[in-house]
Amino acid sequence: MNYHTPSNFLDASEIAANSVGQIRFLAGGTDVLVQMRSDILTPDDLIDIKHIQGVKDITQNNDGSWTLGIGVSGAEMSEHAEFKKAWPGLVEATDLIGSTQIQGRATIVGNLCNGSPAADSVPAQIAAGATVSVIGPSGERTEKVENIPTGPSKTSLKKGELISAVHIPAREKNAGDAYLRFIPRTEMDIAVVGCAVSLRLDNGIITDARVALGAVAPTVLLVDECAQAIIGTKLDKAALKKLAQAAEKACNPIDDKRGTIEFRTDIAGVLAVRTAKKAYDRAQGK
Amino acid sequence: MAKDELINKFKYIGTRPNRPDGLDKVTGRAKYGADFNAPNMLHAAVLRSPHAHARIVKIDTSKAEALSGVKAFVTRADFPTGLKGEDFYLQENTIAGDRALYDGHAVAAIAATSALAAKDAIKLIEVEYEILPHVTDVDEAMQSDAPVIREGAQDHSVPEGLPPNIVSYMDFGHGDLEAGFSEADLVMENTYKTEAAHQGYIEPHACVGQLGQDGKGDMWICTQGQWFIRKMCAAVLGLEASQLRVTPSEIGGGFGGKTTIFSEALSLALSRKAGGQPVKLVMTRSEVLRATGPTASASMDVKIGMKKNGQMTAASAVFRMQGGAFPGMAPTGMALECAFANYHLPAVHHIGYDVLSNRPKSAAYRAPGSPMAAFAVESLVDEMCRELNLDPIDVRLLNGSKEGTKSSFGPTFRKIGLIETLEAAKSHPNLNVELGPNQGRGIASGFWMNHGGETSISMALGEDGTVTLSIGTPDIGGSRASMALMVAETLGIPYEDVRVNVVETGSLGVNEPTHGSRATFAIGKAAVEACNEAIKEMCQRAANKWGIDQEAVDWFDGAAHPAGPNAGDFPPMTIKEIGRRMGRTGGPISGHHATTFGGAGESFGTHVVDLEVDPETGRATILRYLVVQDAGRAIHPSYVEGQFQGGAAQGIGWALNEEYIYGQDGRLQNAGFLDYRVPVASDLPMIDTVIVEVPSDSHPFGVRGVGETGIAPPLPAIANAIADATGKRLRHLPISPPKVLKAIKEDS
Repeated sequence: MNYHTPSNFLDASEIAANSVGQIRFLAGGTDVLVQMRSDILTPDDLIDIKHIQGVKDITQNNDGSWTLGIGVSGAEMSEHAEFKKAWPGLVEATDLIGSTQIQGRATIVGNLCNGSPAADSVPAQIAAGATVSVIGPSGERTEKVENIPTGPSKTSLKKGELISAVHIPAREKNAGDAYLRFIPRTEMDIAVVGCAVSLRLDNGIITDARVALGAVAPTVLLVDECAQAIIGTKLDKAALKKLAQAAEKACNPIDDKRGTIEFRTDIAGVLAVRTAKKAYDRAQGK
Repeated sequence: MAKDELINKFKYIGTRPNRPDGLDKVTGRAKYGADFNAPNMLHAAVLRSPHAHARIVKIDTSKAEALSGVKAFVTRADFPTGLKGEDFYLQENTIAGDRALYDGHAVAAIAATSALAAKDAIKLIEVEYEILPHVTDVDEAMQSDAPVIREGAQDHSVPEGLPPNIVSYMDFGHGDLEAGFSEADLVMENTYKTEAAHQGYIEPHACVGQLGQDGKGDMWICTQGQWFIRKMCAAVLGLEASQLRVTPSEIGGGFGGKTTIFSEALSLALSRKAGGQPVKLVMTRSEVLRATGPTASASMDVKIGMKKNGQMTAASAVFRMQGGAFPGMAPTGMALECAFANYHLPAVHHIGYDVLSNRPKSAAYRAPGSPMAAFAVESLVDEMCRELNLDPIDVRLLNGSKEGTKSSFGPTFRKIGLIETLEAAKSHPNLNVELGPNQGRGIASGFWMNHGGETSISMALGEDGTVTLSIGTPDIGGSRASMALMVAETLGIPYEDVRVNVVETGSLGVNEPTHGSRATFAIGKAAVEACNEAIKEMCQRAANKWGIDQEAVDWFDGAAHPAGPNAGDFPPMTIKEIGRRMGRTGGPISGHHATTFGGAGESFGTHVVDLEVDPETGRATILRYLVVQDAGRAIHPSYVEGQFQGGAAQGIGWALNEEYIYGQDGRLQNAGFLDYRVPVASDLPMIDTVIVEVPSDSHPFGVRGVGETGIAPPLPAIANAIADATGKRLRHLPISPPKVLKAIKEDS
């Protein structure tokens, strides 16, 4: 195994592109190191990208949008008062991952690239409308977060490509986001179902909404039917019922040690309703 | 000095000093199993079967042996043959013979100069398997067409014609069962199931083994019992027990799971092949879950007859338990003995089956068998209380075992404290808290018989009058503190003047492990005896000086005193003075005691849980939890409460989420703490405790073991609370959210 510490993303991309074996990028390492230690994977080239300048920065741009470096940890997001105020749902989703120690290392880009359908920060990133910068042999491009995962442990990133930054839109007025997950315990667990909602209000009526579901399909789902169920409403009972039905209908889960198909489908509906209410309250400044 | 009645006034007993090992443990100075290192030490790695049941056709280690750094490898061929009974099964679990019997069964092991080299070498071993049909469920394993785990393993107890995986059968009881049931106004019968649960100790198994060609060896190990390790490793390897010295480390939890060996003998076998270089073997968490002993899984039928007023007339139980691929490991007998121990029953009958399956060799887990039995019996009692609209505590008070009750398993109870725990629970403020919507309250009692066992102990007086106590039982739950308190009380010296050392197998006679809730009872009793021996000698030294008879000298407040005016007028001779002069007055002063203790006092407990069920997700949140248990006498109340809380926490985990999940392929699906879901701290409220003290007459201070009883009541208490909250009775643990939600949805 070769260990690399490139000083910029182009070098990182080149090392990856030229590798003849299996590669892994190392940022927080909370997935990669665990996989290596438990013998799930031993990469031929391990490319440590957290030494690249600027990867720990959280920057608010002139237009109010945010740029997060790929090395920003969950704890750094939680402790950034302005970012947390703008996107509380994304921060709470990230904060649910692992223990305090893990929070000191884990990054949302790593969470995305690990490709788990149960990743907690990914539904929240998708609901927020986040995009990522991708650097690779054929140059740089911007990609929607929902287009990155393609299946369990699989992403759309091609050989030599890596993510260099995350972009989160400016938070509009009268808007809010939220994330809830179901686990049998209270912490330190993996989502049986996760749900993120981001929405904007005009006089109490929802004008925009994005609803994402985790752990109910091979990838995290952005469910337009859920958004449509609540747009134009004040989140009344009828809207919530339609939202729950749309969430249940979108599910394509598996039976496994963490939950049954039936259970995951039921919980998706329950969580969609609870998360939407929480986001709605936040949008109203509650 | 013989004491003919229980002492009730104490200076040290019942106080809560800091534990003597506390500073070491909170500063990281304490040495646990994996902390031991030796010069020239090698590191072991174990190749484990990925199959639940397979014939091992061929093992090719040539590529692995060629790897740089590899110093030794072993397979079953490196172990002696011809072992019988338990020794044979220990050896076969250490390393597979011609068949791998469960997912995780060791097949080969390698020692190399680094842990990484050993791990790499393991991957180069080529094993050819012929996969065989497997069975992991206890009820399926009892079918006549089930895959046979072992031919001819049935013992003489099994009636003719029963399928071969049933290896032992038991059948006992008393009274006229049919007459009892016919007297009842209500007879109910149900089937209950529990899944295998692991002890979940935080510290994985770890040891360093060293064995020369001369058959002399050493082992440093995290264990509950160094003599058991010595005996078992010696048997598996064909050594003379006394040539192997075993030194225990501190221990990060055991709960019964570290009273036996799993892979430890491999380190010695590898060391012998590597010319005597020490070999370190540390299990990963995945190995711990796959290849050490969880408890049995159980399938149980229980039938009870009850009159309208709650009086029980008869009860019967049929328990089926699998303890893995090895006979005698399922705690069926103890489960049956515990099943109805809470109740006075004119007629009771038990039938039990010990069943083999393709699972790892089960080990003891905190009150082995009692939690499953309690789940079945205490659930059914609760169902009947609901049916007859009776208060569950009153029904238990009406039928509860007390002094003089002929127990369900035969002997007549001496003084016991079940009734007292029920009364204390009934008057606890938690029971006056009004429950809200979706909330429920569950009550259950539990029992453990407790154990005395083989014990050898020494105490010695220092030149400055302080005392060392050498014990052979690793300190798991604060036993150093408890021993020091009992020694301080007996000698009348400060707690701080007593140093308690847990010593290796060369320093004392044979000791059973810290198991069976025996340490504070048996070791404490032996410590008092050893101190009394020393007191006698100290009185003799004073008598010699004073020129009076030893009988005319009394010992109290840490000094020898003339027994009365007739004995003479001498100033007290303190232990410090005696210690300072002992070299010149007859030599070192020590006390020793070695015996096998019987007669341990039983401990009963009653638990009350309040919980709330989320009706949309089926998730239960524990709101309040109360443990009331009879400790006989709490030597160090904080550690008694700690045992109560620890038992409750493990029982709650077993009830709600913990389970061994096997795939269709017979492989364990959740071999890690992410998916083997023990409760995390934030899952539980502070667990309330009430210590009941009904002193046992078999211990000088009245101690009853308290470590185990507490894990039994949570399983049924939670099920009873779920029923109270939802109206749904769940008879298959764990009562996880998917099961609860499914039951709730059946209504709508």
